[in-house]
Amino acid sequence: MPFKGAYIPRLDDIVLGRVTDIGMSGWQVDICSPYPAMLPASETPMHRGRDTVRQDLRTIYGVGDLMIAQVIAFDRTRDPLLTTKGRGLGKVSSGLVARIPPTKIPRMIGKKGSMITMLKKETGTDIVPGQNGVVLVTGRDPDQERVAVEAIYMIEREAHTTGLTDRVKAMITERMKGTKIGQ
Amino acid sequence: MDGRRLDELRPLKLEVGVLDKADGSAYIEHGRNKILAAVFGPREAHPKHIALADRAVVRCRYHMAPFSTDERKSPAPSRREQELSKVIRESLEPSIMSEYYPRSTIDLFIEVLQADAGTRCAGITSASLALADAGIPLRELVAGCAAGKIDGRVVLDLSDIEDKKGDADLPIAYMPKSNAIGLLQMDGSLTEDELKQALDMGVGACRTIYEMQKDALRRKYHVEHDEAEKEEIAEVKA
Repeated sequence: MPFKGAYIPRLDDIVLGRVTDIGMSGWQVDICSPYPAMLPASETPMHRGRDTVRQDLRTIYGVGDLMIAQVIAFDRTRDPLLTTKGRGLGKVSSGLVARIPPTKIPRMIGKKGSMITMLKKETGTDIVPGQNGVVLVTGRDPDQERVAVEAIYMIEREAHTTGLTDRVKAMITERMKGTKIGQ
Repeated sequence: MDGRRLDELRPLKLEVGVLDKADGSAYIEHGRNKILAAVFGPREAHPKHIALADRAVVRCRYHMAPFSTDERKSPAPSRREQELSKVIRESLEPSIMSEYYPRSTIDLFIEVLQADAGTRCAGITSASLALADAGIPLRELVAGCAAGKIDGRVVLDLSDIEDKKGDADLPIAYMPKSNAIGLLQMDGSLTEDELKQALDMGVGACRTIYEMQKDALRRKYHVEHDEAEKEEIAEVKA
């Protein structure tokens, strides 16, 4: 497993991106990759065939907004295209974000999702792993979110070791004692 | 001469991942040389027209700090620095699998903090490590070392005084696995036999440095031997 590496988009990947620019017919989105992504206005659920010239795109996504999106086209000769139509996609309004190298996302998910299921269960948060290395953590309590983010960075540091799931679990149990939910 | 054998390297210290903001970085102390190398990328090509459709563009800047030499060096890039940037880039390019990142750039910065002859070779050694640290797929690491001639005798790895007093200097960049030379320059004059001897000596030293480079990478991730081997294989395959 490589330790680091740039994110190369692949079809159907779920990524977290930030709007960097608004054009006439869509948004430019930074997905932490060598290639800037485009989100056409037609790929938002709010669009519904409306006139993009009349409708102000800023009311949907403004510059700096964070979103969960899916890659719908990328062939290395052109920049990737995104969509936010679909379940669980769209603007992010709350939660914490962790950034780790995209090569370590599979380790964070674990075999058949073992690691991420444990993370969600133990911290009581919802975790969206963007394939580009940006991970979104949302929970009811900010303390839970912080513990989850700490656990994610621990996975990043120790991704190449064995028995990690158990050690992360122990760390979370220890940390959760200090939070309201753990008591 | 500082008490070394004719074929003895100056003391070498390598460290990987020393800078937080760079994607990859390395620091080298080669004799009294102190050099930092930083890699950014692969990242979006700016300005856009320099991008190539089939591979990443590699850019390199070799620069000496104003305080790196006995007499203050003007911080503006000199003709010599521009040339070294070019030859360093050309010696590293064959090792980089740039075809994995079309239309992007890989930026390489080599900053000489203290110079004591052989900075281009030490720069190559550290830059190659920084590239590996950035997670860029490499065919292999590149090591650099110089050989030369003093008082009619072929010697390895000249220091500044040795270089200035000596008759010839022969910097070499070498890739051990493919047995390829990426850089070979010569300053001064050598006979054919001396050249062969110096070349063998330099290539041998590069092999030693190559092993130290691998060690430095392993140290960073303080993992067992076999895991680091795996990483290297993964990088070569990636």
